Amino acid sequence: MEQYLIFNKFSYPILSVVTFLPLAGAFFVLFIKNDRVLKYFGLLITLITTLLSLPLYTNFDLNTPKYQFVEIHKWFPFLNVDYIVGVDGISVLLVLLTTFIMPLCILCSWTYIKERFKEFIFVILLMETSMIGVFISLNTVLFFIFWEAMLVPMYLLIAVWGGPRKDYASIKFFLYTLLGSVFLLVSIVALYVTTGTFFIPELMNHKYSFSYQMWIFMAFTLAFAIKIPMFPLHTWLPAAHVEAPTAGSVILASILLKMGGYGFLRFCLPMAPQATMFCMPALIFVSLLSIIIGGYLALGQNDIKKLIAYSSVGHMGFVTLGIFLLNSQGIKGAILQMINHGITTGALFICVGIIYERTHSREIKNNSALGMIMPWYVTFLAIFSLSSFAFPGTNSFVGELLVLVSAFMKYKVVGFLSIIGAILSAAYMLRLLQKMIWADSTGHAHHDEHHEGDAHAHHLFDLNAREIVTLAVLTFFVFWIGLYPTPVLKIMDSSVSHLLEQIANGIKEVAPQSLHAANINF
Amino acid sequence: METIITSKVIITTAIPMLTAVLIMLSKNKPNLREFWSIFGATLTFFSVCTYLPQILAGKSFEYTYFILYPGVNIKLHLDGLGIMFAGTASFLWILAGFYCIGYMRGLNEHAQTRFYASYALAVGGGMGVAFSGSLVTLYLFYEIVSIVTYPLVAHHQDEEGYDGARKYIVYLMFASKAFLLPAMILIYVQCGNLDFAAGVMKGIFPANASKTIVSIAYMLCLFGFAKGAIMPMHGWLPAAMVAPTPVSALLHAVVVVKVGVFSICRTFLSVFGVEILSKFGLGIITAYLASFTIIVASIIALTKSNLKARLAYSTISQLSYIILGVAMLTPNSITGGLIHIANHAFSKITLFFAAGAIYVATRKKDICELGGIGFRMPFTMIAFGLAALSMIGVPPVSGFVSKWYLALGAMDLKNNILLIVLLVSSLLNAGYFVPIFLTSFFNSEVNLNNEDTGILENRPLIAFMVVPLFISAVISVYFGFYPELFLKIIKVLVGS
Repeated sequence: MEQYLIFNKFSYPILSVVTFLPLAGAFFVLFIKNDRVLKYFGLLITLITTLLSLPLYTNFDLNTPKYQFVEIHKWFPFLNVDYIVGVDGISVLLVLLTTFIMPLCILCSWTYIKERFKEFIFVILLMETSMIGVFISLNTVLFFIFWEAMLVPMYLLIAVWGGPRKDYASIKFFLYTLLGSVFLLVSIVALYVTTGTFFIPELMNHKYSFSYQMWIFMAFTLAFAIKIPMFPLHTWLPAAHVEAPTAGSVILASILLKMGGYGFLRFCLPMAPQATMFCMPALIFVSLLSIIIGGYLALGQNDIKKLIAYSSVGHMGFVTLGIFLLNSQGIKGAILQMINHGITTGALFICVGIIYERTHSREIKNNSALGMIMPWYVTFLAIFSLSSFAFPGTNSFVGELLVLVSAFMKYKVVGFLSIIGAILSAAYMLRLLQKMIWADSTGHAHHDEHHEGDAHAHHLFDLNAREIVTLAVLTFFVFWIGLYPTPVLKIMDSSVSHLLEQIANGIKEVAPQSLHAANINF
Repeated sequence: METIITSKVIITTAIPMLTAVLIMLSKNKPNLREFWSIFGATLTFFSVCTYLPQILAGKSFEYTYFILYPGVNIKLHLDGLGIMFAGTASFLWILAGFYCIGYMRGLNEHAQTRFYASYALAVGGGMGVAFSGSLVTLYLFYEIVSIVTYPLVAHHQDEEGYDGARKYIVYLMFASKAFLLPAMILIYVQCGNLDFAAGVMKGIFPANASKTIVSIAYMLCLFGFAKGAIMPMHGWLPAAMVAPTPVSALLHAVVVVKVGVFSICRTFLSVFGVEILSKFGLGIITAYLASFTIIVASIIALTKSNLKARLAYSTISQLSYIILGVAMLTPNSITGGLIHIANHAFSKITLFFAAGAIYVATRKKDICELGGIGFRMPFTMIAFGLAALSMIGVPPVSGFVSKWYLALGAMDLKNNILLIVLLVSSLLNAGYFVPIFLTSFFNSEVNLNNEDTGILENRPLIAFMVVPLFISAVISVYFGFYPELFLKIIKVLVGS
């Protein structure tokens, strides 16, 4: 077992602390009555978590694909279930993304959430623990427990603090995700029955027959394709995004969707390499459909949140495309694109939340002509919109470039088709920006029909310090990754190479010649 | 060729960007705002000039700032081609800075802070393009120019303004996403590198690059740089004429369109290289595409009665001279094409300045309304005449030098069709410029709705516009007599 692991060298169990500190915080939240104190307490807990997670970055060993900072404790010896946590180059980035996004989620809810504040902070902290838990679990049982633990808090976020159609949206979210979880559970049990272990690295190392791989692959893919989401399983996403409160949308877009991509990389590719190769054309096709249809649907939306939700479908299409192109640039691009989407789309949802607090509308036409009134706001909005359509110099450009390079290296047709997605994303984002910043041609903005006239003066004040800080943090990451992505790419480097080796070996050893193994391309 | 590695090359790009910040900070202080604009322009021009002696000595400057991925670098590089464009654009920004005062105050335009700030940012983007050392850097600044000029085109914020601006941004963004992005990636996949090659003969492609891939990437570049306005990617340019005239002048005669042709030239010479282009016969195809644009745009220009629209189509046709020159791939023709970047800039900005001055003084936009204007605004119309002669290619104005070298290039190729194209287009140029001049002096005076009947140019605000435009016309003539400076720069670049 040790061959896969590097044990935690800190004097304290860093991963467990990072994971369970929010849970402990959530427990104390129950005893705080004052809303004001609650806010600061929630912020404090999430900020401490962020600080505590920093050593994961600074002490990360870049030269090994092994799992690092590992902790092992016996848990259910009779079932061979251990508590094993650890991170590699792929998951550490997602853990850091989570710990950095969560304080911002509390900051952006500062005045947005008006009722049941205690419960809100409680649920947010619960979410943080379970999300980090998903990324650090090296044991399928543990993984599944955390995976399921996310479901209820997220459901509550939408169902309690959501918009007018929150019941519909939350139930839809719940049912879709539950369906995925069932398949996940089936595969986990099936793998245990075959191999007798829940330990993920060992499961990866085990050789399965082709037909077995196909079954496992199908079940996992279905679970993760719902989560990420891939067309045509995406319909829960716009509904959930539109109804969720800002913090819920941010968590959903920035982190929850990434679990699908993470699942593909952690389970599908290494455990079922032959099945992956076999299904690759189909999955590339579906990814292209997601890119194009997601972009096309975004183009027609009048609700800002819906627009961004559909844009997520398109962006996640780029992620799955990168993953299933199965070469180094593609997978690196996909991981980077997951991080980028977390930053950029999270920021865009925060922007929507900010304007919703002021105009109480998410319709584009009710939020037009902001350029003159809220210059700071539109500056940030412009930065994140440009980042969203991969403007050079911003984070998404690097990610999208890598995925496109990988596509053009492998199949030029796929490359050219995915360019359509890039065009569409520029189109819907520029359309959104144009309408929100500039007035219509009559020079009259339609703000809030109820308060015609001096509506601007009443509702529209520019960003306050808290909002500026929230967005400035994300702006920093937009340009950091956009101009200096090397540290991020270095972290994932050896893990991605290792993953590709695993796939190559998996195909070589048992593969019948008929499979297009020659297609694999490093 | 010696390369000087210095991180200071970013200064020239940074000055206009910082100027924009200062302008935004000086909101509500018109005098200060205009001062910053002219101050920034002067500073930019001087910073470009400081590189000139060493460039003429055959050195170049470069620095790599960021590495996005192996081979994908954010890198600045200054050589002869860059300094010619940067010097011209920054010098004309000074003139435009004065001109703007007259125009914007004369018309009492709104949102002047936004206007001046975007103006400075656009020039900054242009400087960045001139200084780009890799295709991805070029792409970065190219896109910045597209975005920051949107507020300038939509300046009037009426329906016409929004329609024009939408067409503008849709054309440019579509072309860059649909053609440029895949071209860049194809080149990267082929070469593993996006940095520009030193010199113009060898590009960055490996010797065994397949003809199909190179041709596809080449065509995608040609049409992807839609700012170069080669047909059919020209539709944005007439649409962008809804912008205030200083924008049309500096941006749509100098910065934006020259960013387009500069990018095309740079990509042809430093990414593909003369050798590979002539090996695959791509140059001559481009030459015919450019010829088509030259002729057709000139014919359309004949049909336009709106002065600015006519100038817009004239620009489309003149830009293709530059592309034609480079595409002929002979030393003479490349000289002719590249020198036209500067020559066209000085002449065309004069024409646009004149159109704007006439509009501010008389509110006339249409050519048939200009009867007798020559006597009311003699300096303007004389400058206009000189610039028009340059466009037609009459000696001794600078446009002649360009045409001379282009014709030499066509003769080097022994290609009679291209020679005929040059001849016919000169006739067409004459056909649409001479009547304007004749109307202004010889037609009977149209009522200008003005009480006083004297010279219009002695009013202070009008003078702010006439002086710059006269200076640029004089410079046009100067470079017709003494083109040595540009010829020397190009000689260093192209080699013997």
